[in-house]
Amino acid sequence: MNRIRTPLYLVALAVTAALSGCVTQPEPLYYWDGYQQQVYQRFENTNSTQEQITALEESVQKARAADRTLPPGFHAHLGMLYAEIGKADQVRQQFETEKAMFPESAEYMDFLMRKFAK
Amino acid sequence: MPVLNAIKLFAVLVSLAVLAGCATPQPYDYSAFKESNPASILVLPPVNKSPDVKASYSVYSHITLPLGEAGYYVLPVAVVDETFKQNGLMNAEEIREVSPQKLHEIFAADTVLYIDITEYGSSYMIVSSEVAVSATATLVDLRSGKELWKGVARASSAEQQQNSGGGLAGLLITALVNQVINTLSDRGHEIAGIASHRLLSSNTLNGILPGPRARPTTAR
Repeated sequence: MNRIRTPLYLVALAVTAALSGCVTQPEPLYYWDGYQQQVYQRFENTNSTQEQITALEESVQKARAADRTLPPGFHAHLGMLYAEIGKADQVRQQFETEKAMFPESAEYMDFLMRKFAK
Repeated sequence: MPVLNAIKLFAVLVSLAVLAGCATPQPYDYSAFKESNPASILVLPPVNKSPDVKASYSVYSHITLPLGEAGYYVLPVAVVDETFKQNGLMNAEEIREVSPQKLHEIFAADTVLYIDITEYGSSYMIVSSEVAVSATATLVDLRSGKELWKGVARASSAEQQQNSGGGLAGLLITALVNQVINTLSDRGHEIAGIASHRLLSSNTLNGILPGPRARPTTAR
């Protein structure tokens, strides 16, 4: 009897562990950090473009350190801000990054780069 | 006699099926949505029907998170807004008038999402005041012009803090939204975040379907 009881106990433990494993929250797809607030601040016009860029650049560093993916639109948004302060190289780099991460954006990114080049 | 019994059994089964049909809520017809199988969503600036002028941009800045986590590519909302402005379209009502063909030509998105804000901000009552946000959303295929999905949601400060449904992924998004709103003092914007999450998460009853970038765990 004892021989049977021990494995059963172990099975119960394993099942409990497996079930509690299921309860763990899934990790979000993206590293949102302050992106949504930055979008809101952009609309509300409460911060300067440079301040907005600095905040987003910090998110880029944090996402890299955490080895996480930035959300859709992030790099395009940052590219737009660089365009406002005339940093042409960074504009292209950000739009190309958006395109590489999300091929769904390709045509719109090309449209923006054509507009910016004019 | 066996024939009669079979008929009786059949009648009981039919009535059970009918009763069961009555008990379940009307399921959403996703056939057009599934046929379209969209990967990207262009969200237009929401049309505001509330008296608060801040409503449109407040909701607009919240919608990327639920749709992104639902597995869709969401076109960058601030950049999209800028593109419209550079083309002389300064407000949400004018932008709403742009044809699906034109939108597809510029943004090359699979779908467009139209949002109407029907309620935003404070309403003062005799015993209490509440801050509430209500919105409706309509997803339209930009290639075929077909309507794929419609949804409606409301959030209010008068509610008890509770799980808004949607299981684990719902909890996760609630946590993300809370993280964002805890750093803000703007109550209307905070409630708008919860309303946007309810409106556009892929794990709610009759909600938007998960997109191609969604993890298998968020599938229904």
